[in-house]
Amino acid sequence: MSDIRTIRFTLNGTKVSKVVEAHETVVDVLTRKFDLSGTRESCRQGLCGCCTIYVDSNPVSSCLMLAWFLDGTDVRTIEGLADGDTLDPVQEAFIEAGAFQCGFCTSGFIMMVKHLLSENPDPSDEEIRHRLAGNLCRCSAYPEIMDAVKIAAAKARSVAKARP
Amino acid sequence: MTEVFTSVGRSIPRLEARDKVTGRTEYVHHLRLPRMLYGKIFRSAYPHARIKSVDKSAAEAIEGVFRVVTIDDIRTVIPHPYYGPAFHDQPILADGKTRFSGEPLAVVLAEDPSIAEEAAGLITVEYEEIPAVFDEVEAMTSDVLVHDELKPASTFADLKHLKGRKGTNIALDHKLLRGDPEAGFAKSDFVFEHVFRSQQVMHTPMEPFVSVADVTGDRMTLHTASQGPSFVRIEIARLLGWPENRVRVKVPFLGGGFGGKLYIKLEALVTALSLLVRRPVKISLTMEEQFFMVTRHPCTFRIKSGVNKDGKIIARTCDIAWNGGAYADIGPRVTQKAGFTSAGPYDIENVRIRSSAVYTNRPPAGALRGFGAPQTAWAYERHMDMIAEEMGLDKVEFRRQNLLRDGRPQASGTILVDAAIEKSLDKLLDIMKWNQPFDRGSGRIRRGRGIAVGFKGITSPTTSVAIVNLYADGSCGLFIGTVDMGQGSDTVMAQIAGEVLGFDPTTIKVIHSDTDVTPYDMGTLGSRSTFHMGTAVRLAAEDAKKKLAELAASVGMVPGSNQPISEIFERRYGMRAGNVIGVGSFIPEYQKPDPETGQSLKVTPFWGVGTNGAEVEVDMETCQFTVTKLVNVADIGRPLNPKLALQQLSGAGIMQYGFTTTENMIFKEGQLTNASLADYKIPGLLDMPREWINEFTDSIQHDGPFGGKGAGETTTIALSPAIGNAIADATGVQLMDLPCTAESIFQALKRAKA
Repeated sequence: MSDIRTIRFTLNGTKVSKVVEAHETVVDVLTRKFDLSGTRESCRQGLCGCCTIYVDSNPVSSCLMLAWFLDGTDVRTIEGLADGDTLDPVQEAFIEAGAFQCGFCTSGFIMMVKHLLSENPDPSDEEIRHRLAGNLCRCSAYPEIMDAVKIAAAKARSVAKARP
Repeated sequence: MTEVFTSVGRSIPRLEARDKVTGRTEYVHHLRLPRMLYGKIFRSAYPHARIKSVDKSAAEAIEGVFRVVTIDDIRTVIPHPYYGPAFHDQPILADGKTRFSGEPLAVVLAEDPSIAEEAAGLITVEYEEIPAVFDEVEAMTSDVLVHDELKPASTFADLKHLKGRKGTNIALDHKLLRGDPEAGFAKSDFVFEHVFRSQQVMHTPMEPFVSVADVTGDRMTLHTASQGPSFVRIEIARLLGWPENRVRVKVPFLGGGFGGKLYIKLEALVTALSLLVRRPVKISLTMEEQFFMVTRHPCTFRIKSGVNKDGKIIARTCDIAWNGGAYADIGPRVTQKAGFTSAGPYDIENVRIRSSAVYTNRPPAGALRGFGAPQTAWAYERHMDMIAEEMGLDKVEFRRQNLLRDGRPQASGTILVDAAIEKSLDKLLDIMKWNQPFDRGSGRIRRGRGIAVGFKGITSPTTSVAIVNLYADGSCGLFIGTVDMGQGSDTVMAQIAGEVLGFDPTTIKVIHSDTDVTPYDMGTLGSRSTFHMGTAVRLAAEDAKKKLAELAASVGMVPGSNQPISEIFERRYGMRAGNVIGVGSFIPEYQKPDPETGQSLKVTPFWGVGTNGAEVEVDMETCQFTVTKLVNVADIGRPLNPKLALQQLSGAGIMQYGFTTTENMIFKEGQLTNASLADYKIPGLLDMPREWINEFTDSIQHDGPFGGKGAGETTTIALSPAIGNAIADATGVQLMDLPCTAESIFQALKRAKA
């Protein structure tokens, strides 16, 4: 049906290669060819944020990006956030705040929150709301997500302070 | 005396929290099986049309297409391919005619879903359009018939009399009569009559509908994102003419459900496809396709009240038409259950209700969080404010004067018990600081506030069965059919079992729905799980505890001693072997309502009660409005996990806030114009009201497990009228239709000026 190409990229710290077709999206390839289930296609239009990953440290809606363009990039997904058994502080904050119900959108929110805090360690409520406006949660755990961002920010700041 | 609990009543985090933040939660969404084919649905282009011919040739010519399937193929494996929980009216694929635009008409199967999708686009159909009917009131008397003949399922005894009825779009009429409303109107000082409308909206779970069927040998296994695995098994077995033990339904976690993923949806289709090709078949809907699966009933509600000068409501009549779309789904139940509470939480001597489920040429409507109660409350609580406004009565006192209280009969005749209606109202007023002066603004920015009171009955009678399995090492498995779709049922059920057994709930393993191993449950719906399954779990745990004590006694051990449980098994079986299995089964008391009068001594096992309050700011020039404060107070009995319960109140409220302000399926001549998250706006973080407060009343459901009852719907019931009432308070104009938008305020102001 279409052209194929071998792409080589780094996935959660590991160098990988895969044969992909021209029409395949990044979320398709992560799900079907790498068996990663944390990145999820929901709206297929880049409107819900469920499929958010980092490509070269930038958050991307992986349902809107063709897999060919991954060639040569550094990709990070929700599966690459925890360090072994040690959760990322944002993941911990989500548990602490109870910032999810069904959990389907949670990966996308966590990826976006982590990115926000990397740019702005102490965001205002207004900044949080705007930055997360592209992530939808139908269970509407929004108040708890706001709490989680603040908890995560506080955690990150205290870690930063503890460093010599 | 205050009861002391060790497990229930604590806000422990969800048992599956770690999986959810690491992306490892199991959903059907990403399930793949060896040799699996993907199905892509081709949908009808017309709301009502005869299908003259289907040309599959171009689709079949695509390399990689395994098969293109229509209803003729389905019939070779399922001779009577019609399904549904209340009526067997829905064909697995359109059969001879299409009844709504977007109805599944054919399926392309391929190993590569992209190929299936491409090929589905190449199917062509020759249609002959026939007149269609879209409005529920029109459909009640229209010559256009959506179905030639009514085909009620045998599942509900109360629908049997409708069998074979012809010449009507009314699938079910629910009637209730108490006292003499006409005489009541005649002796009332004032009579008020209003018509309110609710729009069509959709559940929009983030995990779109998905089902996988896998036939092997003489067995059918379904992996499906379903809220009701037991019903799926029953209905699939019926369609196939197989005994239930040859059908297995497995459900992991759900990425949201909200009532949509109930009864039978994609399961019949994937079952037929898998039988046809003898391979596993998966169908995953897109977000767009979800709008054609199931929706919430639009409704037109004519409400009339006779009121005395002193503010006492003497009589009320409710005529409600529910737009069920092309297929009944569970609409007849919505019609009945929301019907009998549609006069509101008020003590009225003379009540008549007529609640009708109506077929139209729109996408089907079914259950959605609140089960019709929010549409009825939009009418009865707006009506209350409009009456108070016209009579110059205080809106709170007018309600208080007429409020239903414990010990009094509700319109159905069922006595109100454990329904903290007034308590909930008092708490709401307190949080709203209702008695303090309120600045309504002047000039361009006007402010208003409103309250509303809602209640609902619970689907009855329904059964839940639970199994507690104590393993020989002393660990515990809890086998239940309740589906955790985000509400936290795994956690709360483990807390209930833990409370009885004296176990740390986080050590209890909840075994998810697998009809081969988990026992029957009617479904995860209508706020029933905590009360029904919670009771079954409590009984199962008590049974296990009793049997364990007997086992201990039989080997000379003192029950309840500090010796580990494993020791009991070791002594009995000479090694760590054996099980102790506790079983609990629960069905609440119920009396079927009289078919003519709707009267019943026990129509619901308990009452859902919620009050809502809103403050709004309206820009009188642009008519844009902001909800500055929303307060939801619910009676959920004793909260068994307060944090999770509050999340339910909050989440349900935000969902209803979307249904109140932005969500609206817009049709043009039967064609849905906004089936996308780009054009159908669900709430995001930027839409949250500035102040968002959720509380529960200090209540106990005396016959609920440890005093608890359902919590998932209560804040949805009266949230819309609270906002509508606040807008009226701010602007002086009355909105009769949902959603409330800047445009509807503008139109209402324009009408008021004219």
